[in-house]
Amino acid sequence: MAAKVLEKEQLSENVFKLVFDAKKIAKKRKPGQFVVIRIHEEGERIPLTIANADPEKGTVTVIFQTVGKTTTHLSGLDVGDEILDLVGPMGKPTHIEKVGTVVCIGGGVGVPCVYPIAQGMREAGNHVIAIVGARNKDLILMEDEMKAVSDELLIATDDGSYGFHGFVSQALEEECIKKGKKIDHVVSVGPVPMMMAVCNTTKKYNIPTIVSLNPIMVDATGMCGACRVSVGGKTRFVCVDGPEFDGHEVDFKQLIDRQRIYLDQEKESMDHYCSCKQGRGGK
Amino acid sequence: MDMKERMKLPRHPMPEQDPKVRARNFDEVPLGYTPETAKEEALRCIQCKNPTCIEGCPVEIDIPGFIKLVAEGDFLGAARKIKEKNALPAICGRVCPQEDQCEARCIRGKKGEPVAIGRLERFVADYERSQGEVSIPEAASPTGKKIAIVGSGPAGLTVAGDLIKLGHDVTIFEALHKPGGVLVYGIPEFRLPKAIVASEIDYLKKLGVKVATSNVIGKLKTIDELFEEGYDAVFLGTGAGAPTFMNIPGENYNGIYSANEYLTRSNLMKAYLFPEYDTPIVKGKNVAVIGGGNVAMDSARTALRLGADNVYLVYRRSEKEMPARIEEVHHAKEEGIQFHLLTNPTRYIGDENGWVIGMECLRMELGEPDASGRRRPVPIKGSEFVIDVDTVVVAIGTGANPLIQSTTPGLDTNKWGYIMTNEETGQTSREGVFAGGDIVTGSATVILAMGAGRKAATAIHKYVMNK
Ligand SMILES: Cc1cc2nc3c(=O)[nH]c(=O)nc-3n(C[C@H](O)[C@H](O)[C@H](O)COP(=O)(O)OP(=O)(O)OC[C@H]3O[C@@H](n4cnc5c(N)ncnc54)[C@H](O)[C@@H]3O)c2cc1C
Ligand code: SF4
Ligand code: FES
Repeated sequence: MAAKVLEKEQLSENVFKLVFDAKKIAKKRKPGQFVVIRIHEEGERIPLTIANADPEKGTVTVIFQTVGKTTTHLSGLDVGDEILDLVGPMGKPTHIEKVGTVVCIGGGVGVPCVYPIAQGMREAGNHVIAIVGARNKDLILMEDEMKAVSDELLIATDDGSYGFHGFVSQALEEECIKKGKKIDHVVSVGPVPMMMAVCNTTKKYNIPTIVSLNPIMVDATGMCGACRVSVGGKTRFVCVDGPEFDGHEVDFKQLIDRQRIYLDQEKESMDHYCSCKQGRGGK
Repeated sequence: MDMKERMKLPRHPMPEQDPKVRARNFDEVPLGYTPETAKEEALRCIQCKNPTCIEGCPVEIDIPGFIKLVAEGDFLGAARKIKEKNALPAICGRVCPQEDQCEARCIRGKKGEPVAIGRLERFVADYERSQGEVSIPEAASPTGKKIAIVGSGPAGLTVAGDLIKLGHDVTIFEALHKPGGVLVYGIPEFRLPKAIVASEIDYLKKLGVKVATSNVIGKLKTIDELFEEGYDAVFLGTGAGAPTFMNIPGENYNGIYSANEYLTRSNLMKAYLFPEYDTPIVKGKNVAVIGGGNVAMDSARTALRLGADNVYLVYRRSEKEMPARIEEVHHAKEEGIQFHLLTNPTRYIGDENGWVIGMECLRMELGEPDASGRRRPVPIKGSEFVIDVDTVVVAIGTGANPLIQSTTPGLDTNKWGYIMTNEETGQTSREGVFAGGDIVTGSATVILAMGAGRKAATAIHKYVMNK
């Protein structure tokens, strides 16, 4: 289904927000789910988490960082532009239940992904502690939104320019666990090394931890296996079995390796895009 | 030409691209008959009174009927004759296993070689297409019934074509961004040009079929929601799309693909045209393909065309047991695919970055026949050896995708997850829900999917008109 860009906002140097007109998906989607987009005929299919949706207005919001050709192209779209395909809602929704105190951790562009989960957890009656992290103050995303859906909000920056000085995993340990807060459940979304660090911490304290994985995908309907990852020694397809899994069971090393399969081609694609763009507008 | 002369005519070979040249391009391999060759080949048919060839055809095309018209030079008439039974002759002429179907039953094959029915079918369909606009039949008067078809493979397309001609309002919902099912994502360009599939779908659209791509049923809406939206019947033609892996150590190393992913990247996403198209694919130098079916042949030949130096086809039984079409095995060999028969991988070896560098295999020997009637491969103890590879494609079969079954209460499936139906009607355990094709039978063939679609269309028509 084609979808039109209704709003666009630049959130930081490399992070953009796009709001699409997608009535059916907006009505259906639940926290934790994602969409697949394809911009134009020659385009690739990439998954993006649904950061927000408004069933009344019929809109779906995605927030993404420009990392390669497709996200760069996407960031260049303007209000009124149309992409060829917006498919979804894909993936299993987050399992939301009242368990007590839930820490929702978002690192970098993982924040928009954890936002709907925090919202759902809070609505279910949990005490939600949100931890939002980034390299520095300028890169902290959605602070106000996260504040609105949590009971406590902690900010962590790697360089200490804002909030806790250190990683989100350290903030979790120093500011929550060691301060005696009883934590029943952790949800962590962000770059793989960050999720790994969080899982290492929570494993020590035996706190159940859910992570949302972002492998390379093609169809996102369970048809290709591009997205496979080992969880508890078993191969699972993230697009249909996930994207959320027990973080203590995920083979993160394999996930990192598999995310790097096309590193060389991604660079080639980007170079090709830039040279085309200089030449004749690019595709 | 008298009968004696006609009996002497040899079967006309199919002109093909040279194996060395075609192994490096994605253009179609067979070039097709000329009108002259077609007419002469058609004369080989002796117009049997009780044509056994028709019994071999799952959709019972009037084979001698269309061949007679070819012999007379009435190629458009021949096309119409075929289309009475088969809406997609350009596709079937290319991918049907005629050697197991019509041609296997052709009387002329008893002594000598059968009439080249498949090649004639292909010729006729291509001729019709080359004549420009295919005529659009007058629309039937609307029945006011709405039919939803899930999946746009050969089964779904057949149902759509049949029902639109009866005046129903037909919408196809397809999960991917392009309609065609395996015809677009699986079977490669060099065997089935995508322009042919596209023109068949355009034809359906001109007849009034609505095609809603990027609609994943079960996710965006359920079957029950389709009924709530006012559809009177639903046909499920969702295929057998879930890839199977062997579950051996190292199978998730970088460079190891399911055939579905490998072929989807290349065919649907056009990775062979990277970077003009955005989707990348690993262009391995030493590629192993595991399996012995059409899917394995297609993967191996794709690897070659992507620039591999060595492509190994690794199959655990012997060539005789290979389920692939003989023609494809032959093509693969001609192009230089190296067959490692009676060989089965046991584990993969990777480097420190998680890339596959080797595949450990065991040699096999054939034992007693198994449930499928084929002799069971038995490993030879201590025969382990390693093949150096940088890319592996696992083509050992597919299973049912549970997306719809798991969101449709009351829809009965068998122990493999395939939908259970009445064979004659495609009726499932849910009222108003019909199914056919690979999602019922497991991976089969294009023509069987079309045959199931035809039966289901008849039953759907009856059902909605009596409702
Ligand atoms: C590589 C390859 C080569 C082959 N070669 C041959 C050959 O030479 N000759 C031959 O006769 N057969 C061949 N086959 C088998 C043949 O293609 C299949 O048997 C046939 O396509 C089955 O048709 P179908 O309509 O049942 O399903 P498919 O063609 O599989 O189509 C199913 C469609 O449904 C869609 N779908 C699935 N789930 C959903 C959902 N939830 N919502 C919406 N859409 C959905 C899928 O995306 C797909 O497009 C080959 C198969 C493969 C993979
Ligand atoms: S069996 Fe062979 S010879 Fe007889 S009608 Fe059929 S194609 Fe012709
Ligand atoms: S992306 Fe293809 S199976 Fe998950």
